[in-house]
Amino acid sequence: MNLSGSEIIVESLKKEKIECMFGYPGGVVIPIFHQLYKAPFKFILSRHEQGAIHAADGYARASGKVGVVIATSGPGATNLITGIATAHMDSVPLVVFTGQVSREMIGNDAFQEVDITGVTRPICKHNYLVQDIKDLAYIIKEAFYIASTGRPGPVLIDVPVDISNSTTQFNYPSKVKIKGYNPVLDGHPGQIQKAIRLIESSQKPIIYAGGGVVISNATKELRELVKKTNIPITTTLLALGAYPETNPLSLKMLGMHGTYYANYAMHHSDLVIAIGARFDDRVTGKIDTFIPNAKVVHIDIDPASVSKNVTVDIPIIGDCQRVLKEINKIIKPPKIDKWLKEVAKVKKDNSLHYEPKASAKDNQIKPQYVVEELYKQTKGEAIICTEVGQNQMWAAQFYQYNHPRTYISSGGFGTMGYGFPAAIGAQLAQPNKKVIDIAGDGSIQMNIQEMIVAVQHKLPIIIAILNNGFLGMVRQWQQLFYDKRYSHTDIESAPDFIKLAEAYGAVGILVKENKEVIPAIKKALKIKDRPIVIDFKVCREENVYPMVPSGKSLKETIMRELA
Amino acid sequence: MKQYIISVKVENKFGVLARVSGLFSARGYNIDSLTVSATESKDISVMTIVVKGNDRIIEQVKKQLNKLIDVIKVTDHTDLATVQRELALIKVNAQGNKRAEIYQLSEIFKADIANVAPKSMVLTVKGNPEKINNFIELLRPYGIKELMRTGRVSLLKE
Repeated sequence: MNLSGSEIIVESLKKEKIECMFGYPGGVVIPIFHQLYKAPFKFILSRHEQGAIHAADGYARASGKVGVVIATSGPGATNLITGIATAHMDSVPLVVFTGQVSREMIGNDAFQEVDITGVTRPICKHNYLVQDIKDLAYIIKEAFYIASTGRPGPVLIDVPVDISNSTTQFNYPSKVKIKGYNPVLDGHPGQIQKAIRLIESSQKPIIYAGGGVVISNATKELRELVKKTNIPITTTLLALGAYPETNPLSLKMLGMHGTYYANYAMHHSDLVIAIGARFDDRVTGKIDTFIPNAKVVHIDIDPASVSKNVTVDIPIIGDCQRVLKEINKIIKPPKIDKWLKEVAKVKKDNSLHYEPKASAKDNQIKPQYVVEELYKQTKGEAIICTEVGQNQMWAAQFYQYNHPRTYISSGGFGTMGYGFPAAIGAQLAQPNKKVIDIAGDGSIQMNIQEMIVAVQHKLPIIIAILNNGFLGMVRQWQQLFYDKRYSHTDIESAPDFIKLAEAYGAVGILVKENKEVIPAIKKALKIKDRPIVIDFKVCREENVYPMVPSGKSLKETIMRELA
Repeated sequence: MKQYIISVKVENKFGVLARVSGLFSARGYNIDSLTVSATESKDISVMTIVVKGNDRIIEQVKKQLNKLIDVIKVTDHTDLATVQRELALIKVNAQGNKRAEIYQLSEIFKADIANVAPKSMVLTVKGNPEKINNFIELLRPYGIKELMRTGRVSLLKE
C-alpha cells in the first residue's frame, strides 16, 4: 500500500515507539500535522519552537530516550537553532523534523525558506534534506540510530512539503548500515590492562566522571569501581548524581565553581581517571597549570575528545559502561590510605560555605539557603532543572545529588531559558517525580511563555526563582573583574511574577523573608495539578564561591567575599 | 608550519563537501588546495586536502573528519609513499622569438601548448607539485598573465 510522506513520518515514529513529540505547526508542515492529529503518541504544543526543543531535550535527558521535535520552515526552523546547539554540546539524542518549501522552490528565496541543513551543519551530529520520497523511511531510521548511538546528538531531517504530499510504498528498515559510522563500544583489552596496572600502582588517584557516564547508563559500574578501589571521585556538572554526593568519597563537582577539595585533589593527584568527560575549559582552568603531576587514563566513546585539550597517557575508546565492566572484573585496590586522609582533611577544612545571615535580625534570604531547603524538603529525590548563571551553580553546589538524570542543565552551551522548558520535558518523562526548575529572574523570562504548556498539561513543576534583580553571574564578574561597573545587569525593572503565574493559571507564592522559605516550599510541594512559581526575593549581591577565575590556575581560587 | 596532505574517502552525497570544508573554516584554517575526485566506485568520492598546521591541530581535524557520518576513511598522506599529481594552466606573455624559447622549455617539461594567440600562449603542465613549481619559476621572467592549478591528487603507492 502506498503512503504519503506525512503518513510515512507518523508510521516511522510509531515503529520507533515514541511516547511523546514536541513542536509547533506552520505552513509547510500542515500535511504532517494532518497525520499527527490521529497519532497514538502524545503531542506537546509549545508556544515557541525554542520551548519545544528544550522540552524534547529535557525529556531525553530525564528518560534516556530520543527526544522528537517538529517545526515549520524558515523562522520555525531557525527558532530551533539554540536548542539544537544546546543538545549538541551536551550530547543529547534528538531527532528534529523541519518543514521545507517544495523542492522546485528551494533556492528561490521562497516564503519562509531557509537553508536549515546549511545553518545547522556545524551544530548537529548529522542532518538530511529529503530529496526523494523513497529515501524518507530509511532516513528516519538512520536518524534515530545516529542520534542515539555512539556519542549521541541531535539529527535534523528537513522535509520539503511536496515530499510530505507525494506517495510511495512504506517499508521501515529493521536495521541500518552506514559505511562511515561504526562507533567502537568495547575497549581495547591491552589498553584496559595498561590502565588497570596504572591505577593499581597509583598513589594519589582521582576519578573524574562526566556526562558520558550518565549517557551510557554506567552509574552502577562507576559506583562499583569506586567501591572496589576506594578512589575519591569528582564529577562534572553534567554527571552530578552519577555517584552519591552524600558518600564520603564524593568530592562533588570540580572546575570553576567546583569544590575546593575536588580541585585540590585533581591538582595534587598522580593519576586522573577521566570517564566520559572532555576536559572542558570550565573544568581545567588555565591548561598549562592543570594536573601538573598526573598521568591520565581517559575512557570515552568519542576519539575526538581524547587528547584534545589535555594529553592522555592511556586512552580507552569505548562505551563507558562496557569498559568499566571489564575493569571491574580484575581491578585491585591501590594503596592510597595516606592520600585518602589528605583528601578527607582538605574536604573537611574547605567545605562549601556561605554566610548564612548577617545578624539575628537579618531577614534577607540567601539563595544558597533556598537550594538547601529545596534539598531537605524533597529529601534529595527531586529532578532539578536549572537555568544558566548563579542559579545553576548554587543548584549544583547546595543540592545533594544521589541519582543520575536528576540534575538537568545546559552545561556546554550555557543556554539561558533552557531550564523551564526542559523541566516540562523532564516532568512528562518522569510523571511520578517532583520536578523543580531552579531559575534566576533573568533566565526565567527567556522562555516564560511555556508556562501555559505546563498549565495545560497540569504539570506540578515548581519554578523556584532566586530573584536578586540582577543578571547575577555577569554582575558578579563585573564586581570582581570590571570595577563594579554594573553595566546593564540591573533588572529590578521586572514583572510581578506572582501575577504573571496567576495570569497563566499557575500558583504564585511570594517569599520575602527567611522564615517564609520552608512554608512556601512545603505549600508548593502539596500542589499536584498545576505549576507553582515561588518568587524568592534573595539578597541582591550574593556571589558564587569558590571561583577559579577564567584562565587562572587553581592557586588563584577565590574562596569567599574579599573585605 | 608544516604542510599536510589528507586524503578523505567520502560518500558521494550532497553536502559532503560543505561538511568537510566547514570543519576547516570553523577553526579558521585556510585550505591550500582541495580536490574532489570520482573513484572506482560511483558511490564514493575522494577529497585530497592540502593544509598547513601543526601535528596537534591536524590530529584533531582528522578526528573531527572521522566523526562525520559521510566520511568513510581518513588517511594522512603527509609522510607516506605516494604518487602525487597536479595540473596547471598557464597563460604566459609570448611574442616574437620568446615563443621559441617557451616552446623549448615546454618540451623539457612535457607541457602541452593549448593555445597560441598574438601576444600570449596557454600551456598545460601536469606532474608532481615540485615539477610544476619549477616550470612556473622558469616561465615567470616572460610574464605570467594568468595561472591556475587544480590542486593535487594523491594516491598511496601500496
